[in-house]
Amino acid sequence: MKLGQLALAAATALAMAVGLTGASAQDKGLENPRSAAFHSGLEGKKVVFLPLSMGFDLTEGWAARMRNQAKRLNYDFQIRDPAWSTDAGTRALQSLISEKPDLIVAHNPDIQSYARLLAQAQAAGIKVVQINLESNTQTDSYVGADWTEIGEQAALAVVDKCGAGKGKSTKVAIDTGVPTAASDVFQLDGIYRVLKKHPEIQVVSQQATEYNAEKARSIMETVLQQHPDLCAGIGIWDNQDTGTASAIKAAGKSDQVFLVTSGGGNRVGCENVTNGNFSLYISYNVPLQGDLLNQEIARLLLSKSKAGETKTMYFNPLTLITKDNVNQRNCWTLDDIK
Amino acid sequence: MTNTPRSRRLASRLLGSQEGIVFVLAATAFVVFALALPGFATPGNLVSLVRSVSVLGILALGMAIVVIGRGIDVAMIATMVVSVSWAFVIARTGYPLAEALVIGGAFALVAGILIGALIAYGDVPPIFATLAAGSIIYGLGRTFFFTLEMQNVPPGNDWFDFIGKSRVLGVPVTVIAFAVLCALAHFALTSTRFGWQTYAMGSNPNTARTTGVPMRAMVIAHYALSALVAYVAGLILASSASAINARLYNSTMIYDILLVIVLGGIGLNGGAGRIRNVVLGTIFVGILLNGMTILDVPFTIQNLVKGVVLLLAIVFDSLVNPRDEQTSQQGDL
Repeated sequence: MKLGQLALAAATALAMAVGLTGASAQDKGLENPRSAAFHSGLEGKKVVFLPLSMGFDLTEGWAARMRNQAKRLNYDFQIRDPAWSTDAGTRALQSLISEKPDLIVAHNPDIQSYARLLAQAQAAGIKVVQINLESNTQTDSYVGADWTEIGEQAALAVVDKCGAGKGKSTKVAIDTGVPTAASDVFQLDGIYRVLKKHPEIQVVSQQATEYNAEKARSIMETVLQQHPDLCAGIGIWDNQDTGTASAIKAAGKSDQVFLVTSGGGNRVGCENVTNGNFSLYISYNVPLQGDLLNQEIARLLLSKSKAGETKTMYFNPLTLITKDNVNQRNCWTLDDIK
Repeated sequence: MTNTPRSRRLASRLLGSQEGIVFVLAATAFVVFALALPGFATPGNLVSLVRSVSVLGILALGMAIVVIGRGIDVAMIATMVVSVSWAFVIARTGYPLAEALVIGGAFALVAGILIGALIAYGDVPPIFATLAAGSIIYGLGRTFFFTLEMQNVPPGNDWFDFIGKSRVLGVPVTVIAFAVLCALAHFALTSTRFGWQTYAMGSNPNTARTTGVPMRAMVIAHYALSALVAYVAGLILASSASAINARLYNSTMIYDILLVIVLGGIGLNGGAGRIRNVVLGTIFVGILLNGMTILDVPFTIQNLVKGVVLLLAIVFDSLVNPRDEQTSQQGDL
């Protein structure tokens, strides 16, 4: 027993001595091995972004965020811009598969075109994150809006304004973008899920605008000619719906037609809420998406698991912007986030 | 009974030319839509019908002059979006919008003159010259002039709304602009030396050259003119939609312009066609698009209908205006 106690005392003394030396070392801080591993694990890696096209608020916003992080953490960040051509995007993806970067961030023009190539890229060991527009293939990660939820939110707002006896009529017009994009197919599903429960709402027009504001304008002008008592419009994207809104304004029906649209929350979209062009603007918040994207890029680059081994996804929260909460916090400009 | 020969003559005149056939088709489509769709033949809808295609019609006017002179300008959309977008970007940096618009117009003019010079002095076939020029102009714009494709009209310039949004005596200014430009182009083609020489160049370039038509100057004038027309169309477009989107360059708009030209009956061989052909083609496309929008026809089927109509028009064009050694040329479409 005594021997045991002695040993314990000695051990305690030793521990204290070590502790003291330790304490003196702590004056200059402790090296965090995890920080070093984090930085060295990312340095020199190669990330390639394949957007629909550069040159509009969403892709420029994400790219600005990703470029910042790449600079901070010393990895290579490149953009392959197919300029709205699905063909050029497919070719870029094919050449990326042989180039073998560490990670591809893909923005899908529709749910089919890249689906098989993204699976091939993962089979070749390249990790794949999809941003905001999904394909049919689930990859390592997806970050972005839940289009079904956007459709539901838009439809709920419309039901609230145009349900039986609430608006001038129960007529609603829908302006879609490109019929095969994830934003169209899933959003329409969300819209009709809600409208099925409200059979009094009448969809009087559902036309594709090809994301073209002038086409959206002339479609809405024609629809208003046919249905002067139109109660609401649901648009699929703020960039095109400036045209929809200007047709409604030109007809002098801004107070009557409730226009819902969605977008990245750029200041330009917010300006349209302030001046009454958009009644409700569902924002999927590009700076937030950019940050989530950065987190996923770092996580996947550091992860030891193979490409395609674990699949995760995150639908980011939406902000419903109306005249009441259109402010600096909810709206951004490219210069702010660069 | 006595009327039969005259009506038969009328029928054969109508069906003997492409213009006549398209006229009959347009009239038929109009009557069918008017009877079948309750809201079609209302004054309000007819105004919005013409308005929705008047930008297309204006672009087709520029294209028509080039095509009659035996050229083709597929760079029009590039010129349009880049010059107007650039003007807006300049205005947002603090210049008054009016000055910025002059700079944008000057850019369009210079681009047109350079394209014309390439064709006139470089002997490059117009289709290739303008195809390449289009991507150069667009590339320059995207690289040096603006980052974002979508340019809103700079705020605080309410007067700019006038050309695209307002009405005079109930008629949209856009439609009036189309009518005025049609009248100007008609006058230029039928009553000026410029017009006669354009027809001469189109129907037989060699004879035109030997009889003293200043070919090179005329070619440059044609492309400068179509670039300016494209700029004007771009301004109207931007004013009516409150924004211009450079992505139009990647859309099917240039084919829609050719659709109007060919449907209206302006042969791609050059030397033939009048402004009334442009008006006819524009109105026919307008009737089709408006009717299909009211019927709520899905997007893919609308494209299918447009494609089939264009194909039929081109087939008919080559039957009515057959190609031979005299009329075909290198680089001919």
